[in-house]
Amino acid sequence: MSTAHTNLERLPRSLQFTLGLGAIALAVFPFVGSDFYLGMVTRMMIMAIFAMSLDVLQGVTGLVSLGHAAYFGLAGYVLAFVSPADSGASIWWTLPLAVGASAVAAAFIGFFVVRTHGIYFIMVTMAFAQMVFFLFFDNKALGGSDGLYINLKPTVMLGSFDVLNLDNKRSQYFVVLVLMLLVYFFLRRVLFSPFGRTLSGIRINEHRMRAMGYNTFFYKLAAFTLSGALAGVAGYLWGVQTGYINPELMGFHNSAHVIMMLILGGMGNFAGAIVGAFAFEMFLHWFKDITKHWQLLMGGFIVAVVIFAPRGLLGLVERFTEKNPTKPLEKDTSTDISKSKSGVESLQSKISSSDDGLGASHD
Amino acid sequence: MDLANVLIQLLNSVQYGLLLFMLAAGLTLIFGIMGVVNLAHGSFYMLGAYMAWSLAGLLGSFTLAIIVGVLLSVLFGLVLEWVLFRHFYQRSHLDQVLLTFGLIYIFEESRSILWGDDVHGVDIPAALSASIPLTENLSYPVYRLFMSGLCILLALGLYLLISKTKLGMKIRAGAFNSEMAQALGVNVKLIQMIVFALGVALAAIAGMIASPIASVYPNMGSSVLIMCFVVVVIGGIGSVRGALIAALLVGLVDTFGKVLFPQVASMLVYVLMALVLLFKPEGLFKQ
Repeated sequence: MSTAHTNLERLPRSLQFTLGLGAIALAVFPFVGSDFYLGMVTRMMIMAIFAMSLDVLQGVTGLVSLGHAAYFGLAGYVLAFVSPADSGASIWWTLPLAVGASAVAAAFIGFFVVRTHGIYFIMVTMAFAQMVFFLFFDNKALGGSDGLYINLKPTVMLGSFDVLNLDNKRSQYFVVLVLMLLVYFFLRRVLFSPFGRTLSGIRINEHRMRAMGYNTFFYKLAAFTLSGALAGVAGYLWGVQTGYINPELMGFHNSAHVIMMLILGGMGNFAGAIVGAFAFEMFLHWFKDITKHWQLLMGGFIVAVVIFAPRGLLGLVERFTEKNPTKPLEKDTSTDISKSKSGVESLQSKISSSDDGLGASHD
Repeated sequence: MDLANVLIQLLNSVQYGLLLFMLAAGLTLIFGIMGVVNLAHGSFYMLGAYMAWSLAGLLGSFTLAIIVGVLLSVLFGLVLEWVLFRHFYQRSHLDQVLLTFGLIYIFEESRSILWGDDVHGVDIPAALSASIPLTENLSYPVYRLFMSGLCILLALGLYLLISKTKLGMKIRAGAFNSEMAQALGVNVKLIQMIVFALGVALAAIAGMIASPIASVYPNMGSSVLIMCFVVVVIGGIGSVRGALIAALLVGLVDTFGKVLFPQVASMLVYVLMALVLLFKPEGLFKQ
């Protein structure tokens, strides 16, 4: 598994402080921003949840899934199916149901997918997501290519009190914000739990983890399921916000966009996922504003990022700030193996890649 | 289903399978030798189809359009490899996925700017427009037979190129151990360039010859790309022989699935892939 990218697992104080400021800004925003931007930031936060869910696989476990949008879309579809046409369904059972459906789908597909490695994993996750896509696209009963509408938003009742009206953009915003923070803190907990440490171990060296007695198949499947379930949270919220679900949401463009968000923000610490999602959505919005040929700009942007800033925005900042002439010798090599490679190291890595890589079936 | 119908569906599935093989062969070769995941491979198929359409209009002859199109796509492949892809052979799959995903956007939008977003039809050349009657009301178009024939010829050519020629020997050496091959004096960089251009050309040819029956439309590359992935996963990455057998298998399952079980047809191929993964996670013909 080739993940030479830096994982800034423990966030430095300065970064924590900045993130805290960001959270406060998000909490205050609804009282100052216009309705349009309120909707836009809500959408960004939904995508941030989606990106964090993928980070469990991509950043922590080192599995690149190109079919994550399937679990995102599925939860939205479940909400559309169970919402009655004339009244809102309660969030208390529709949310768990939608998330559960995504989890079951992820566990089922994961059962097949997780036994593959590297490039196979990428291709197979993409193919299975496409299968789900076609299931909905080709069946009129499941909405077909037009998708489904969710006419009335879910209700939030406490006892017999209607505590939140999700038709209100501001309450949507706060529900999404709270869920985003919950997911973030939950995943930070998971990251440093024995389970999270095991997943990190699998990313760094799966063979060794297996030799130490870990059932890596089970752990990877659990990560895949968790990741799919959290993608379901995002998909559900998407359904709530837009009131409309279509197969395109499950398409591989959406899956690739999330990967891009993680690359932009940095992987493996969940904070990067949030930053990346915000940045990506901002760029997307901006490109669509400039020209109707926005795909050209987006494509060029993605290619440029991969060429010039493969370690994301944070990596770019690091690269410019660390360019002082007296380069410290005691640079922490454990966090940065991709940059300062000595000649011997690069030769070694070349040799080791040549004896397992060119049989063409490994990665 | 009577015999004539079965025969027609059988011919259709072989034709579809062979077409998929043309695409999957390039994909699997490029991965086997350079270790690159290429999501933009479907775009080369689309490019071929659009070239066939616009060149046939310009030059007035489908045959001429194919010849010019092949030359252009080889050139395109060489340039693309030289400018972009060669810098990504040592990079992680993640970077390769993103690079080629970005390229899909670029190719799609360039197509939209250059040729517009309309669906176009390409005429079947007059010499091949006949049909062979099978029963009173069933017949089989000659053009589809021509497609299958051409694909078989190209597959044969590919086989001979790889296993019988000196260039093929170098390609295999490069795939087996590129550093050792380089040390022995093989110009691996050149070999990689040739293989990449070959892959692009094969995909473009597939698009060109498919254009008269499949028509030419935006995003035609992405559905075919997924099918190619399925073929490559079933066949085993890096194995051209595996790609051929898997492509024919997928063609068979897809075509007969559509006739026999139309409700679940689009899922059947993926079920096949799941079954293969269950028993042979590395494909049927692991290299």
